[in-house]
Amino acid sequence: MRAQFVLSEIGVGLRRNLTMTFAVVVSVALSLALFGGSLLMSDQVNTMKGYWYDKVNVSIFLCNKSDAESDPNCAKGAVTDDQKGQIKSDLEKMTVIDSVTYESQDEAYKHYKEQFGDSPLASSLTPDQMQESYRIKLKDPEKYQVIATAFNGRDGVQSVQDQKGLLDNLFELLEGMNVAALAVMALMLIVALMLIVNTVRVSAFSRRRETGIMRLVGASGFYIQAPFIMEAAVAGLIGGMLACGFLLVGRYFLIDHGLALSEKLTLISFIGWDAVLTKLPLILATSLLMPALAAFFALRKYLKV
Amino acid sequence: MIRFDNVSKAYPKQNRPALRDVSLEVERGEFVFLVGSSGSGKSTFLRLVLREERASQGQVHVLGKDLARVSNWKVPQIRRQLGTVFQDFRLLPNKTVAENVAFAQEVIGKSRGEIRKSVPQVLDLVGLGGKEDRMPGELSGGEQQRVAIARAFVNRPKLLICDEPTGNLDPQTSVGIMKLLDRINRTGTTVVMATHDQNIVDQMRKRVIELEQGRLVRDQARGVYGYQH
Repeated sequence: MRAQFVLSEIGVGLRRNLTMTFAVVVSVALSLALFGGSLLMSDQVNTMKGYWYDKVNVSIFLCNKSDAESDPNCAKGAVTDDQKGQIKSDLEKMTVIDSVTYESQDEAYKHYKEQFGDSPLASSLTPDQMQESYRIKLKDPEKYQVIATAFNGRDGVQSVQDQKGLLDNLFELLEGMNVAALAVMALMLIVALMLIVNTVRVSAFSRRRETGIMRLVGASGFYIQAPFIMEAAVAGLIGGMLACGFLLVGRYFLIDHGLALSEKLTLISFIGWDAVLTKLPLILATSLLMPALAAFFALRKYLKV
Repeated sequence: MIRFDNVSKAYPKQNRPALRDVSLEVERGEFVFLVGSSGSGKSTFLRLVLREERASQGQVHVLGKDLARVSNWKVPQIRRQLGTVFQDFRLLPNKTVAENVAFAQEVIGKSRGEIRKSVPQVLDLVGLGGKEDRMPGELSGGEQQRVAIARAFVNRPKLLICDEPTGNLDPQTSVGIMKLLDRINRTGTTVVMATHDQNIVDQMRKRVIELEQGRLVRDQARGVYGYQH
């Protein structure tokens, strides 16, 4: 088998039907970019979960004066020091709890101003309209229910809020979007594969004279098929490299510069370059192997050996 | 070289079988003409020898191997030991004469050095020395067929199969081609040639095998073309 012979045939073959080669390259690039993108999105969600689940806490909000007037949970009035003391000692006895911090109304007011200082509501608020709260860090964030059952409905407790629950909603949304992206990717992949099969079919047909002669002269099946498979692999690889390019550029423009989300959304910890770089070999390998396999099976159908 | 044992071949969806119970043997070094009207089964016979088709019944032995037992991926190896020449020459139009002949050696993995030596040699043999860089489109029919013969012969096969090689050629050129094939036969290569060409068969007086409607009707050493029923 002569490598040079095969390589020159690849170049000729790809150029012969440039439009179809282009279509294969683009469809592979898009589907693999989506694939990489959704992998990165999963990574991102996992990173955020890891970061935030550490920081979230269960909050027990205590009744203040305005709650006492409006909220049915606080029908018995604003929280008393006794009740607060009771809550605190109960909390200290619970083994599922890692730590407890108390936030006073002044502190709550200060935090509110920091986060929402610009909103029109902030200027009209006063500290005693804020709620006191106990911020609880659980050893196992899943054990929210324990706190809820223990403290919900107690005198002086306005509500028990699980911040993790809020985050869960966000993450579910993100993961849902990811699934949608994967569905689109699957469709694109099918399109790419069908394009490859069709390209190989047309290519095999237009070269039937040469392949016929090769067959009669005793070339092995592998030798006859190799140019087609390698054409598909090379076209796929170019698509794969494009997909990698998309991902790298995407991260650059979305996160670092351009939209610069990492500066604007400081709450979110973004995945690093290493997350992107580790995906690249997988994408390149897929872009090489998948078209090669597709071409192989297309040849079995459309090329007589 | 070739042995047919009660071989029959029927193509699907056709009423009449292409070959019916054909048994014959071709020995090494023979020159055999295969004659018969169109549809008599000549091409089918050759296709069976080349393993382009498989026999419906009976055994086909080529170069000592039972073709039915040979697995698909071993077939190319057998074909490398055969040379084939066709009526329509079957040259690659985008390659030069030398490249066309070299093709047969490239696909079996011969080194460039070997090819550079053997191609001019075989082109001289067929009388095309000096025409290495011409394209098939620039050559006459006779010259193109010589290129095809050079390609078939360059690997020194034991058996040369020719399917109406003079079919597209004028009588005078045909004679030239036949002389070439005769010379090749005398080097020890077995030649089996299907043909319509009455004059050639009559002139050369080699073994004649006649097929009619798929049956072997005549097998005559030093025979003539004419139907002698």
